[in-house]
Amino acid sequence: MAYTNNDFKKGQPRWCPGCGDHFFLASLHKAMAEIGVAPSQTAVISGIGCSSRLPHYMATYGMNTIHGRAAAIATGCKVANPDLTVWQVSGDGDGLAIGGNHFIHANRRNINLNMILLNNRIYGLTKGQYSPTSPRGFVSKSSPYGTVEDPFRPAELCFGARGHFFARSVATDAPGTIEILKAAYNHKGTSVCEILQNCVIFNNGTHDAVYSKEGRAKNAIYLKHGEKMLFGENNEYGIVQEGFNIKAVKLGEEGYTEADVLVHDAKCEDNTLQLKLAEMEWPIALGVIRDVEAPTYDESVWSQIEEIKAAKKYHNFAELLETNDIWEVK
Amino acid sequence: MEIKEKESVVVRFSGDSGDGMQLAGNIFSTVSATVGNSISTFPDYPADIRAPQGSLTGVSGFQVHIGAEQVYTPGDLCDVLVAMNAAALKTQYRYAKPDAAIIIDTDSFGPKDLEKAQFQTEDYLGEMGIDPDRVIACPLSSMVKDCLADSGMDAKSISKCRNMFALGLVCWLFDRDINIAFNFLKEKFAKKPEIAEANIKVIQAGYDYGHNTHSSVANVYRIETKNKVPGRYMDITGNKATAYGFIAAAEKAGLKLYLGSYPITPATDVLHELSKHKSLGVITVQCEDEIAGCASAVGASFAGALAVTSTSGPGICLKSEAMNLAVIMELPLVVLDVQRGGPATGLPTKSEQTDLLQALFGRNGESPMPVVAAASPTDCFEMAFAASKMALEHMTPVILMTDAFVANGSAAFKLPDLKSYPTIQPPYVPEELKGSWTPYMRNEEGVRYWAVPGREGFEHILGGLEKDDKTGAISTNPENHDLMTRKRQAKIDAIPVPDLEVLGDKEDAELLIVGFGGTYGHLHAAMDELRAKGKKVALAHFRYINPLPKNTSEVLLKYPKVVVAEQNMGQLAGWLRMKVDGFVPMKFNQVKGQPFVVNELVEAFTQIINK
Repeated sequence: MAYTNNDFKKGQPRWCPGCGDHFFLASLHKAMAEIGVAPSQTAVISGIGCSSRLPHYMATYGMNTIHGRAAAIATGCKVANPDLTVWQVSGDGDGLAIGGNHFIHANRRNINLNMILLNNRIYGLTKGQYSPTSPRGFVSKSSPYGTVEDPFRPAELCFGARGHFFARSVATDAPGTIEILKAAYNHKGTSVCEILQNCVIFNNGTHDAVYSKEGRAKNAIYLKHGEKMLFGENNEYGIVQEGFNIKAVKLGEEGYTEADVLVHDAKCEDNTLQLKLAEMEWPIALGVIRDVEAPTYDESVWSQIEEIKAAKKYHNFAELLETNDIWEVK
Repeated sequence: MEIKEKESVVVRFSGDSGDGMQLAGNIFSTVSATVGNSISTFPDYPADIRAPQGSLTGVSGFQVHIGAEQVYTPGDLCDVLVAMNAAALKTQYRYAKPDAAIIIDTDSFGPKDLEKAQFQTEDYLGEMGIDPDRVIACPLSSMVKDCLADSGMDAKSISKCRNMFALGLVCWLFDRDINIAFNFLKEKFAKKPEIAEANIKVIQAGYDYGHNTHSSVANVYRIETKNKVPGRYMDITGNKATAYGFIAAAEKAGLKLYLGSYPITPATDVLHELSKHKSLGVITVQCEDEIAGCASAVGASFAGALAVTSTSGPGICLKSEAMNLAVIMELPLVVLDVQRGGPATGLPTKSEQTDLLQALFGRNGESPMPVVAAASPTDCFEMAFAASKMALEHMTPVILMTDAFVANGSAAFKLPDLKSYPTIQPPYVPEELKGSWTPYMRNEEGVRYWAVPGREGFEHILGGLEKDDKTGAISTNPENHDLMTRKRQAKIDAIPVPDLEVLGDKEDAELLIVGFGGTYGHLHAAMDELRAKGKKVALAHFRYINPLPKNTSEVLLKYPKVVVAEQNMGQLAGWLRMKVDGFVPMKFNQVKGQPFVVNELVEAFTQIINK
């Protein structure tokens, strides 16, 4: 059956006008329609925060749970019912601060979840405190003289937890977002999608370099597996290797030619180069940065159950009782 | 030699943690149960991970109470103490009756052993004031070595069989049929027949030693079985029975069983047990923390499983938030709290009943949750089944309380026939409501319908925010919040629970003993002793704590004196006073981390009666 955006839409979103969440929600509806899994077979699970309101605007099954626990709750949901397509939606506070532990362990286990991280580098719902992705020195209501701590870089955390999928898009970039959402769905295992989004009230302009189409043309690189890493308005720049590092160069300068430009390998097991790409400050890498197949937790749980069912002779409670040392009193 | 007919006997096996005392105790209780004796056991583990060998902190004990008639507890003090080394004698002698027989391995009482056990002289018996005539002193280690000299086993493996020699000796002392022990070992080591063989040889040697030397001990005990209940039995610990109860309930409900858990003493054995049974489709996820254990169970419940999370008190602290999520989302969930000593890390391996108020009230907001408690190791099965049924049929999280004492203790378990258990019928949303259904629509019992994901036409969003009663949408409407709070409360209050049973002198007791959960055996035994002494005493023991049985007030207000005896500072007494107008009980409270001692109870209750 073919679905349209409307099949996944529900209610009237209550985010601030201009909030990145609006853009993302529209892309999610569209991506789900294109993916084609029925709303009844889909669960969208969030924690707490502005972005975690999202399930209320979905015509699927879902839960808007408690702060930080979305990944853990989604884990139980997916393992208990692996037929469901489970999307987990968190903000940077929900996913990486209070929920940091669940984030890394979901990645380590490689549960087949599509994990959305809406990163606006701020706490919006509590009205403007710094988050674990706010840069050092960030001034906010809870850091009037600037923060004295370094932020997480979500990709680094994902890779450090042995994550197998990491993609990034900008909330305002519908095609780019839809593309990575579909890739996340198609990837079996925990698929982390970092969505760069603006908070118009408390952190306006945080992703300015790439928030507009023009900005992205100048400051972003769209990575595609198997393709040369070229970027710029006329593809005049490229990513080349330098020693153990990579750098962005202008072709034709310093003797660099297109032949020197690296080809993106999202499928490479070793994440060294992918991490370097994810952490570039210019250009900012968008698209699927890492996409490596590995056994998923939920499948492994169920295949082990099938295996043990075949190996063991007891399959119901009455038979279980018989496996014990039993005596009879006459 | 004299043969003593006894109603019941308590044996305590003690030794180093690695001495295999649990296994010896287990086999002995199985052998006794097989001939129809009533049994109750309790292991006493050291808290140290692995204390130095022979040290006082490394002693582990296993107490077995066997009786001709029903025994309710593992017994206060033992009639026979097995002490495998000096440290065991030093620490465990206080659990022996003044006339107890004491079996020691003299090979483990050398100068170094005595030093480690902090004896001052070589006359360790004198130091402890033990009459040598009561001691069966045998060079157990050397005899085991001789016995297995030709076996080709290495010294370490041989030394591991010492426990079986002690078992053989105890079997002789109690005139037990050691063939039952042989069969047990043959089955246990079916894949390692050489080990079974060695163990059997050593048991026989221990038995023969007792038989041939007649030793210095004065009696052999004989426990004749009375009032047999025919049937097929197995030995079961409380934790295993709890796991079995969940399995049985899931099968009865036709649901997958999901356990989200994190290892914590003394609840971990439930995780261990359920993890074994993949062939029954049981899903166990050992989570990253307690929070995720509960949170993932909430997710599994949403997805349509019988969801359980298991822990002890410190874990409940961490799970509270997710438990509360299940309260407001009105999803079924069973939270198992195997209580231990607190606060904080407290006494991890010891038993208390100090989490009751935490279970009842330890969450933000108005958060009513049913609380039930198991009274004995075998009752853990019944209550795990009952808690699961309650959760599934009333769409609520339920707290099942056990404690280290019943969880680790064991008793003979008559194999249940699931056919005789009630059905479990969750309130699945009827198909005809498609189109008009909203998430908080309730059935005639006030229970929200369950629409499990996958069903077309019932897509919905639940969550931790208050919802509108009618539409299910987020609502901050003051009247609606008041209404929803009352509906959630009314749903719990309406859950039917069995009446409170009164045992003993139901009509004319001068004292009613009241307790809950794992103290049942001790309170029952205390009542029996008082009644045997001519006192009029009754016992009302709570297994259903929220909601309380309907006849609670009637029972509590009927008797001239009431004492609430519990292993906390008066939590049940406080709860009952809150719920029963005019109830002013006396209290008996002990928080030692150890089970009640029946004699102490009898003494305290006698004082209350005589006051």
